[in-house]
Amino acid sequence: MDTFVQQLINGLTIGAIYALIALGYTMVYGILRLINFAHGDIYMVGAFVGYFLSFQLGFATGPSLLGLSVVLVASMIAAALVGMAIERFAYRPLRKYARMTTLIAAIGVSLLIENLFVARLGAAPRAFPQLLSEQSYTLFGNAAISKSQILIFAVSVALMLLLQWVIFKTKVGTAMRAVSFNLNSAKLMGINTDFIISFTFALGSALAAAGGVLTAQYNPQIDPLMGILTGLKAFVAAVLGGIGNIPGAVLGGLLIGIAETFVVGYGQNVGIPSTFRDAVAFAILILVLLVRPSGLLGSTVQEKV
Amino acid sequence: MKRLLLSLLLIASLLFAFACERKGGPGAGGQTGPIIIGYYGDLTGRTSNFGQSTKAGVEMAAAEINKAGGINGRQITILSEDDEGRPEKAATVVTKLINQDRVVALLGEVASGNTLAAAPKAQAAKVPMISPSSTNPAVTQVGDYISRVCFIDPFQGAVMAKFAANTLKAKKAAIMLDFNSPYSRGLTEFFESSFKKLGGDIIDKQSYTQGDRDYKGQLTAIRSKNPDVIYVPGYYGEVGVIAKQAKQLGINVPLLGGDGWDSTQLWDLGGDSLNGDFISNHYSVDDPSPAIQKFVTDYKARNGNVPDALAALGYDAMKVLADAIKRAGTTEGPQLKDAINATKDFKGVTGTISLDAERNAVKPAVVLKLQDKKYIYQETIYPEGMTAPAAPAAPATSPAASSPAAAASPK
Repeated sequence: MDTFVQQLINGLTIGAIYALIALGYTMVYGILRLINFAHGDIYMVGAFVGYFLSFQLGFATGPSLLGLSVVLVASMIAAALVGMAIERFAYRPLRKYARMTTLIAAIGVSLLIENLFVARLGAAPRAFPQLLSEQSYTLFGNAAISKSQILIFAVSVALMLLLQWVIFKTKVGTAMRAVSFNLNSAKLMGINTDFIISFTFALGSALAAAGGVLTAQYNPQIDPLMGILTGLKAFVAAVLGGIGNIPGAVLGGLLIGIAETFVVGYGQNVGIPSTFRDAVAFAILILVLLVRPSGLLGSTVQEKV
Repeated sequence: MKRLLLSLLLIASLLFAFACERKGGPGAGGQTGPIIIGYYGDLTGRTSNFGQSTKAGVEMAAAEINKAGGINGRQITILSEDDEGRPEKAATVVTKLINQDRVVALLGEVASGNTLAAAPKAQAAKVPMISPSSTNPAVTQVGDYISRVCFIDPFQGAVMAKFAANTLKAKKAAIMLDFNSPYSRGLTEFFESSFKKLGGDIIDKQSYTQGDRDYKGQLTAIRSKNPDVIYVPGYYGEVGVIAKQAKQLGINVPLLGGDGWDSTQLWDLGGDSLNGDFISNHYSVDDPSPAIQKFVTDYKARNGNVPDALAALGYDAMKVLADAIKRAGTTEGPQLKDAINATKDFKGVTGTISLDAERNAVKPAVVLKLQDKKYIYQETIYPEGMTAPAAPAAPATSPAASSPAAAASPK
């Protein structure tokens, strides 16, 4: 029993990270119908900004909650700026062309960021400094939850609630929803669509960067290519939940995380080796696309943000 | 059409020029000028600590040799190439070193998977290659131009199994292996068979792949089986995180590993979680023998850090190669290969090196305990047929190799 609970906690931890990243995919898709393939790399950029800031600001020497908060917020801001810059210089000039053009540009941007980082910093993994004291708490007998896992849950839930508030309770959120329904009509209504799109990229990128810094507390190994697979799985999560649907992205992220962990934890008993963990995410994607192309929570007339 | 013909002609002439160079160049078999030796390793990739350490060891040995007047009056030049830790890149850079730089011999790689990709190129070109630290048995089976100065996995796996069963009195072991690495799979196989022979049980086997971000799924499954020890024959990058996540799950049994753990970055990733774990390795920096202490002091003065086993093996590989060139009196591939393969009782930093019929070095291994960013010497384990030296207080130094060929028979 406690093994099951433990696996559930493990799965929810990585699921929460996928969910944070999936939100960025789904928001951008909702507004621009664009799969922003560079989004996974923003997650990596967030982790690296956090890495360098920890050393620059002198927080790398020992665990401190202040250091962690500063590093977390600063890397979210930095990633938001990077996200806005990508949108401004790579996607906006292409917006008047076919959607495929922007999609290919997104793949290009992704490769550019990855290789810039490899060229500048090398592909060798780096050790992210520990900003959180290492401690585990036990619940349900033998199931352990570490401080870094509690942090991941707490921060991601807080950010998701904040996002929900921004989208449904603020003026800019109303504008985002309007743009997601119809960009041109929104423009005619006097909404500054360029600003709203920029804002959406900033929001999504900040969430991904938070995911990057949080994972780095959980698994301190960071490298320039860490965003590829994680980003891809977060994208699968967004599709699974119904792309363009915000609760769907969270649900999809958690499901992928749990499915992956259960494959590792229990797969061997039924003859699936633990190295199939990545294959499972993509098998789920294919199944969902076959059975329910709009995703779990997606509908044909959905409210897209 | 004319332009096409012209460019074809140009390409053909370039190819021709390269082909000529390989044969007539001064490096290949020339008996004057500097001796050009190629080094390839992972200098920027996932295991770059390995490549950098080995390179520092090789270069230090070369500098010492050059300072003492070179080999038969000729200086050594080391040409280094980065393979980024990727097998396909290893094959490419070795081809470049052989064809373009015309090296007389090759030193490298650390990771067996990369050496295995490059070795056939060296074998085909008849350029001797000494691997400082690839421990998978298949490496030297590529051909008679490939040799190594380290022990091999059947022995290393058995060492940890012996230590677990005899010293730690473990009965139940779980294994967590790096699924795509020949190194890790080899060690798993040999640990498993030796541990079973010693009366132990392997109660669980889980695998991960390099670059995984989460290991708690596997570790939770292992935890539910309550093992006495967990064998993790991987490389430092993943192992550091595994140790950390294991402690977070409340797993307090020791993790056991191999020489792939030995790196300064291990501590950055794993921190205090690594305390109490054990690894098998090629030598111990705490060894009081004067030869080792001199090496450690010189290395520190040159590079500013304590040499890990990979630096020591890189150093030994270069010294063994220099010794062979001296004995052969030539840098021609076939003669040089014979001289290397005939290496016997060479006094290296990592022990006395004699190559057996399979071109593997027969040497003892040390078991080290990880504690507060230090590797603390525990014991020396000798291959079968090799006896401990008279004074067992000094570990891993010049044990008399009574019958190297019979020891640690590889598959």
